Amino acid sequence: MERHILVVLPHPDDEAFGLSGTLAKYIQNGYRVTYACLTLGEMGRNMGIPPFANRVTLPAIRRKELEESCQAIGIDDLRLLGFHDKTIEFEDHRLLDGRIDDLIQEIRPSLIFTFYPGYSVHPDHDACGAAVIRTVGRLPADERPAVHCLAFAKNLEEDIGQPDVIQDVREFLQPKMASIRAHRSQFQAAELLGDHEYTSEEIRERFGTERFWTYPFGS
Amino acid sequence: MRERTLDKGGTSMRLIDQADVQQRLDRLKDQDLYIHLEMTTGAYAAFIDSTKHPAATFITNAVIRYSHGSVSDQAPYRVGLKMVQGWVYSEGLTHYEEQETERLILAGHDGQGKLIVSLQLGREPF
Ligand SMILES: [Zn+2]
Repeated sequence: MERHILVVLPHPDDEAFGLSGTLAKYIQNGYRVTYACLTLGEMGRNMGIPPFANRVTLPAIRRKELEESCQAIGIDDLRLLGFHDKTIEFEDHRLLDGRIDDLIQEIRPSLIFTFYPGYSVHPDHDACGAAVIRTVGRLPADERPAVHCLAFAKNLEEDIGQPDVIQDVREFLQPKMASIRAHRSQFQAAELLGDHEYTSEEIRERFGTERFWTYPFGS
Repeated sequence: MRERTLDKGGTSMRLIDQADVQQRLDRLKDQDLYIHLEMTTGAYAAFIDSTKHPAATFITNAVIRYSHGSVSDQAPYRVGLKMVQGWVYSEGLTHYEEQETERLILAGHDGQGKLIVSLQLGREPF
């Protein structure tokens, strides 16, 4: 298969903390990444401190932030699928799964990143992951790309065990911190991390590892 | 949370039965409906706890039409209604009026039984 990765996440900024380092690493190793972001996060409550966004301007601002984050990571194919924030769980499955299937057929990824359904806290995260798993699950077993899931629910390790994919991204903290900082309406804490500090031991410790669970499809 | 009646006015607000509410949502789709949508923290929120910010909002008897409506799988429930040009969304719903045949009356009550959120749909104005 092609060395092509598909990322399917519901909100701009979902990539920043848990995945951006891994993507930067894959891209340096010659992979191409397509990032399908389902919504513009238009119902987000963070508007900057003091607020520089409002309900009307937030979608355009978050779109710009996402483009900047992608640039920092090295992603050159961003697809904005145009679903509405907070509504993924209510969407018509045929419509949602169909859009994801179209992307899979077009891109033929060898690897997909998404959220682990049921263990990703926000209903949009769970519904996004569930749609990807349904869609990939309908493919013949020998055509299925691997699906590496982000998850961060409490006590999840009791249910789904330890993450089986551990990515050391200490060499990729520069693009990762730039990705986080790009989402300036969402992450004020990012302002605290000055440009020069990403090599400090504390930051390497906190941001240097990204963890994923390979989704266990039946046969 | 109490199982059944929340007031003595002859209504029977019951804990939401997800499948029943989903059926009612399906019956009301693709037609003009009056909506009442409300959310409130209560006027005394900040008086009781000064860290709380009092807020309330409602819209009553606006007309909407949705093509696809669903209720989430687990309590407290969320409902999303997909319209031609947008969405209606409500989170924190716990109870519904089981006796209603024409209208859909949904409400979310907190641990003290107080109303936090309500979503009502009907073919006649409320
Ligand atoms: Zn998110």
